[in-house]
Amino acid sequence: MPLNWVLVLTTFLFCVGVYGVLARRNAVIVLMSIEIMLNAVNLNLIAFNGALEGDRLIGQVFALFVIAIAAAELGVGLAIVLLIYRNSFTVSLDEVNLLKW
Amino acid sequence: MQGLIFLVVAATSGFAAVRLVTNKNLVHAALYLVVTLMGMAIIFLLLTAEFVAWVQVLIYVGAVIVLLLFGLMLTRAQIGKTALDRQQRWVAGPVALVLFGVTAPVLWRFFDGRTISLDRQSGNTEALGTEIFTKFVLPFEVVSVLLLAALVGAVFLAKKD
Amino acid sequence: MPDGYFGSYLTLAIYSLAMIGLVGGTLGLNRLVSPKVPGKEKMTTYESGVDPIGSGQSQTTIRYYMFALLFVIFDVEAVFLFPWAVVFEEIGVFAFVEMMIFVAILALGLLYAWRKKVLDWI
Repeated sequence: MPLNWVLVLTTFLFCVGVYGVLARRNAVIVLMSIEIMLNAVNLNLIAFNGALEGDRLIGQVFALFVIAIAAAELGVGLAIVLLIYRNSFTVSLDEVNLLKW
Repeated sequence: MQGLIFLVVAATSGFAAVRLVTNKNLVHAALYLVVTLMGMAIIFLLLTAEFVAWVQVLIYVGAVIVLLLFGLMLTRAQIGKTALDRQQRWVAGPVALVLFGVTAPVLWRFFDGRTISLDRQSGNTEALGTEIFTKFVLPFEVVSVLLLAALVGAVFLAKKD
Repeated sequence: MPDGYFGSYLTLAIYSLAMIGLVGGTLGLNRLVSPKVPGKEKMTTYESGVDPIGSGQSQTTIRYYMFALLFVIFDVEAVFLFPWAVVFEEIGVFAFVEMMIFVAILALGLLYAWRKKVLDWI
């Protein structure tokens, strides 16, 4: 399979994730967009693992670790969102300004 | 054959991703995320990354989606035609378009002619296991520490005292 | 029966398509031939025979999130157990010690959650 095709797909998904992070207001949707971006990175790692010479599977091992870390990140991220919701009853990123002054 | 399946699945997956960031219903967004992630899992299978594909199904589609849906239900997100976009929306579209417009042609031309080898007779779980448990020992143990930190942190943050 | 990596998944794909066709076909046929007489009572949400109260978008308690979180973390742990089980005999004691350290560190997290009474359903 041509490497090009996969790379264009990963670029597209990554850009969709960037759009979601920048444009969406709901923090949970922003976390979903981050998951899409991480998945695009995983696909990239696996594609290059298949395209490069050699028998080792380092790209796939990296993809596994990325999946594990993404799960941990999402757990903490959602906990922070829930904490913000409990304190200020909003998950809208336009209204969360705790760290601004 | 593999190329055809790839194109169909990639189109579905990309469309679902676009719908995820543009639709108005938050629960639908989570369901579109399921479609995107399943499409990615099928593409992993096509690229002969068998084990990673099933891990994707187990962790993302099985567990992460549940977590996200509970996140949506707990924050009582407004469903319906509320204004879901931020004030900086006008900058997001151009940024994403420019990023894609610059990166994709460069990658397309630079890696033109390279192919991903698909000749594999069986799964790769054994090779992957050997790799992790002989060469990536320290990263593997660090993952457990990271998961412990995430678990303790999330419980500490979300626990109502 | 095709063999090889893609052959075995082709079998799975054909089987899945057949199942989707079977379920979709029967449900679609049901939709086509069944008579439709909608009424206000009939269109209410089915809640095991009890009248539904409030909106469908009610807020759940945070305990569900705790269980989902524990599920995600230990799902990741379980995923690493599969390749470990496959290569266990080749590597031997070393792999055993590695995995015991991994499980022990995560068991600390379970202990923490237990002590914080996350596991109790009050």
